[in-house]
Amino acid sequence: MLRFQNVGMRYGPGPEVLRDVSFTLPPGSFHFLTGPSGAGKTSLLKLMYLAHRPSRGVITMFGQDVSTAQRDALPLLRRRIGVVFQDFRLLDHLSALDNVALPLRIAGVPEDRVTNNVAELLAWVGLGDRLEARPATLSGGEKQRLAIARAVIARPSLLLADEPTGNVDPDMAQRLMYLFVELNKLGTAVVLATHDLHLLDRFKFPTLRLKGGELRVAPAGQPYSGQAS
Amino acid sequence: MTTPARRIPSDLRLEADASARFLPWALAAMVFLAVLALAGAMALDSAVSHWRQGVSTRLTVRIADQPGAAMAARVNAATELLRAMPGVGKVTPLDRDGVAALLRPWLGDLANASMAEALPLPGVIDVELLPGQALSIPALATRLENTVPGAQIDDPKPWLDRLVSLARLLQAVGFGVVLVVGLAAMMLVVFATRAGLAARRDTIEVLHLIGAEDAYVARQFQRHVSRLAMLGGLAGWLLAILLLLAILLLAGNVGRGMLPDIGLAWWHWPLLLALPLLGWALAVFTARLTVLGELRRML
Repeated sequence: MLRFQNVGMRYGPGPEVLRDVSFTLPPGSFHFLTGPSGAGKTSLLKLMYLAHRPSRGVITMFGQDVSTAQRDALPLLRRRIGVVFQDFRLLDHLSALDNVALPLRIAGVPEDRVTNNVAELLAWVGLGDRLEARPATLSGGEKQRLAIARAVIARPSLLLADEPTGNVDPDMAQRLMYLFVELNKLGTAVVLATHDLHLLDRFKFPTLRLKGGELRVAPAGQPYSGQAS
Repeated sequence: MTTPARRIPSDLRLEADASARFLPWALAAMVFLAVLALAGAMALDSAVSHWRQGVSTRLTVRIADQPGAAMAARVNAATELLRAMPGVGKVTPLDRDGVAALLRPWLGDLANASMAEALPLPGVIDVELLPGQALSIPALATRLENTVPGAQIDDPKPWLDRLVSLARLLQAVGFGVVLVVGLAAMMLVVFATRAGLAARRDTIEVLHLIGAEDAYVARQFQRHVSRLAMLGGLAGWLLAILLLLAILLLAGNVGRGMLPDIGLAWWHWPLLLALPLLGWALAVFTARLTVLGELRRML
């Protein structure tokens, strides 16, 4: 479903932040993405959610070479990807309901289905009574749950989450993890960038480990070597 | 679960943009100027056609007053000569009252004034020429002068040619103003749209990453500019039309003798109506092209 082959990435004329990255994500897989700060996790995620082009190598996604794909081909691919940004990137002037409804409205889903689905999901992530709240009035944890709800509302084929449990208490972190696992069981491939060692210990999934711009894939259950800062 | 119908908010919140405040005013002023300039240019077009038509088929013969010579006899002699000329149609000598009526706008009512008798009024003959027949005006003038000394032909063609040239120049200026105002309006829409895009770059990036196509973003700008252009265009057009009607009304009151024959034909009005519609379409199209052009630079 997603394949990186000798991918390198640099910002402008700067040094390479990712070097010779190669891995494959099969459909329905679940991977953690770990590494110290500055190792290139966010850059790797940017390549995965098509916010950046690689400076070399080939990225194949849903059977298409996206490293050289035309701009016009990207929106349909992006609709199959759900992203939880580390800084949430919620639209401040929209209510919680309208923020989560965005992916469905962009995809042209009829409005009656949009409202019902969104309200149901928001209730599930514990924001059922905050449908009309603006992001500015929500706590960090609530914003995070809102961002997660927006990422999963359209049932993406690939879910990318950058520190999705960083701002919530352990109970909510566990609850959100179960949401990701449930989604994964329904066929969504998940890549979850985290520093949370408890999560890595508790949920035995393979890990993409980044260090100095280079990536190593560790199989499920391999003890974490403590790279995280 | 059912929820009551609620308004779907705009993703980009363009209604809060600075352009929402200044664009309608600026576009109103531009449509106002363009409508007036176009109306002026079209009114001149009517006048030029009218003048040309009059000049090519009419002449005026003026017989200067000479002490001791009977004006009536001299007018009759000139009329007879003119009627005998090939290419000349209707010949209408004006009586003293007719000449006095021509002078009324400048000298007031002369009909019963005692000073009217003392004025050396010229004899005037209105001559209609037959269309399509060549008539030498200088030859006719010589024959008239020989038969009736003091008779002169007022040939308005030379000065009318200069007047028409001036009118054509003014017309070109009018159309030029419409063009320049249109270009300025387009530039204004481009700058306003670019500013709106720059202020929402982060939001647009999020929309893109969620799967929005460029057209989805462009549609929101189109709707925004469409609303503002319609508002401004309608206000500017209404104001210009009211002013035009007032000018036409005032011109009518001043009187035909004093002002050149300037007015609007019936088919000019639909063109004046089409101008703000064209401006609106141009603004929306410009907004769309600007957004699509700018977004093409993003991934």
